[in-house]
Amino acid sequence: MSYDSIVCVKQVPDTANVTGDAMKDDGTVNRAALPAIFNPEDLNALEAALAVREQHGGTVTAITMGPLGACEVLRACLYRGADRAVLLTDRRAAGSDTLATSYILSQAIKKIGKYDFVFCGRQAIDGDTAQVGPQMAEKLGIAQVTYFERFVDLSGRTARIRRNVGNGWEVLEVRTPMLITVLDTANEARPAAARRVMRYKRARAADEVIKDVATAMPDASDAEKEAEQARRLEALKINALLLEKWDLDDIDADLMWCGVSGSPTKVHRIQSIVLTKEGYTEIPPTEDGVKQLVHELIVDHTLG
Amino acid sequence: MIEPNRKGEVWVFAEQEDESLCDVSLELCGRARELADQLGVKMGAVLAGWNVRELSYRLIAQGADRVYCVHDTELEHYRTLPYARVMCQLIAKHKPQIVLYGATALGRDLAPRVASEMRAGLTADCTDLEIGEYRDPKSKTTHKNLLLQIRPAFGGNIIATIVNFDRWPQMATVREGVMALQAGDPGRTGEIIDEKVALSEIDKAVRLIERHREERSVNLKAARTIVAGGGGVGSKENFALIHELAGAVGGVVGASRAAVDAGFIGKEHQVGQTGTTVRPALYIACGISGAVQHRAGMEESAKIIAINWDKDAPIFSVAHYGIVGDMSKVIPMLIKAIKERA
Repeated sequence: MSYDSIVCVKQVPDTANVTGDAMKDDGTVNRAALPAIFNPEDLNALEAALAVREQHGGTVTAITMGPLGACEVLRACLYRGADRAVLLTDRRAAGSDTLATSYILSQAIKKIGKYDFVFCGRQAIDGDTAQVGPQMAEKLGIAQVTYFERFVDLSGRTARIRRNVGNGWEVLEVRTPMLITVLDTANEARPAAARRVMRYKRARAADEVIKDVATAMPDASDAEKEAEQARRLEALKINALLLEKWDLDDIDADLMWCGVSGSPTKVHRIQSIVLTKEGYTEIPPTEDGVKQLVHELIVDHTLG
Repeated sequence: MIEPNRKGEVWVFAEQEDESLCDVSLELCGRARELADQLGVKMGAVLAGWNVRELSYRLIAQGADRVYCVHDTELEHYRTLPYARVMCQLIAKHKPQIVLYGATALGRDLAPRVASEMRAGLTADCTDLEIGEYRDPKSKTTHKNLLLQIRPAFGGNIIATIVNFDRWPQMATVREGVMALQAGDPGRTGEIIDEKVALSEIDKAVRLIERHREERSVNLKAARTIVAGGGGVGSKENFALIHELAGAVGGVVGASRAAVDAGFIGKEHQVGQTGTTVRPALYIACGISGAVQHRAGMEESAKIIAINWDKDAPIFSVAHYGIVGDMSKVIPMLIKAIKERA
């Protein structure tokens, strides 16, 4: 039997390479100064879904929630083999915490409809919470398998999955549909396929087309721009290169559970890291200096 | 979700495996006790499993006034849905104001599932918890006696304080090792309350087929001395020097994320926000620049020695002793000096 998978991916600021410019004077993060990347473990989630399709057949749909710029990660999914890509974007979703985010994503998944697996990365590097996966599983009313390593067996509606629990591993038997969160050690994510890049680098969401036209024809009249937009959209549709874009109305979301009103947690304050100690005893990098240090440590019983 | 309930207890989910309690749950009992005293309420622990009732006494010794015990063969080994059912039913019944979980693999699997079902707030991986107030800028009301949930965010580059003032319980997972384990008082008394929770067929649908546990090959948490290497060590081969120094001082080898990512050493050695949080008597940081992620995991060490060629490396800001110099020359000197003294 074949399986339909949905992969949730996220575009994140590259927090592993934060430089001085990335912090504003008030201690908040200047997101604009950080490059946006494909959340690393979401690539592993995509790989797991593609591997299922290769072995058993079926489809892979990528979905992301974020601003228009997040189309970048959708294209990256298409380059690697996704069949379909959906952008979920809406100003009213701004300020969502993990609970509101999981509600919005689960509504989108319900709209997609039929699926056997939802794959997510274990966690995103901007928040490191690992909460959205399990929360989505609850909202969808399906079983969750966190910390996926590999399928031990997959046949019919029954999967046996090995998961890593930190101090060991276990194998669970679960029936589809289910939600799986994938570890970075689960697999080696494939690179973009050159031929698919050639094809899908032109894939656009409708709002991107509007921006593209504005950039390409700065001096054109509104009517000319609209005509060009319509022409480009038509071409994208014909070539199956139009990225779907949904807002909160499209997925039938109850606004009460979205954005700030749907988020029980509030940020009280943000501080930059304050260093706790001031000054240290400098030890010269010499035999005598080091000897003196060892002596001090033995005297105060730190050593020995 | 439950309404804010000022009389509600402060709870700890008592994580146990193979009939023994996890360290982080015991650490949490100490802090939960303090929070409960500040709020003037009782502290409770939820203990679910099979044949684990005896563990209640340890939880009471660590500060619990009440232990809610749920006994069921279905709970012998952890599975998400039965455990989530237990937590949700007990929270709905007793309406605690705060529920704390260890930020373990299990806690990070369970807590979000419970939070979603309860439609309550949850903050992941807290490094500190306090009681304080929050002024809501929108309604201009001040909420007193809230749980301030303090956690590193953005890859450890900032510290965020999170509150949840309206959709209770206030829930958080807390990293292992960040709260000191208090000495228990075996003479303390408390109540053990046996609870029954009905599990549905759906709750029981996922089957545990096979289970394998391994002893931790590296025990950083229990180490009195840690010798840690960072990206500045330069190569897997050079890491031999770190092992040699650890051998000389009778310590355990640690590493920064940079060293682990570069493949110099295994992830089980990693100290820091995404690794293990440690507080040994002596921490020797070699070739570690001291990114916040790393410092957050070791700055509570009693004595810190930093060895780095770069005098501006942030690691020196938390060090007690600093040696600015070439690690490959300084470490052999240290080893020699230690061997001569011994």
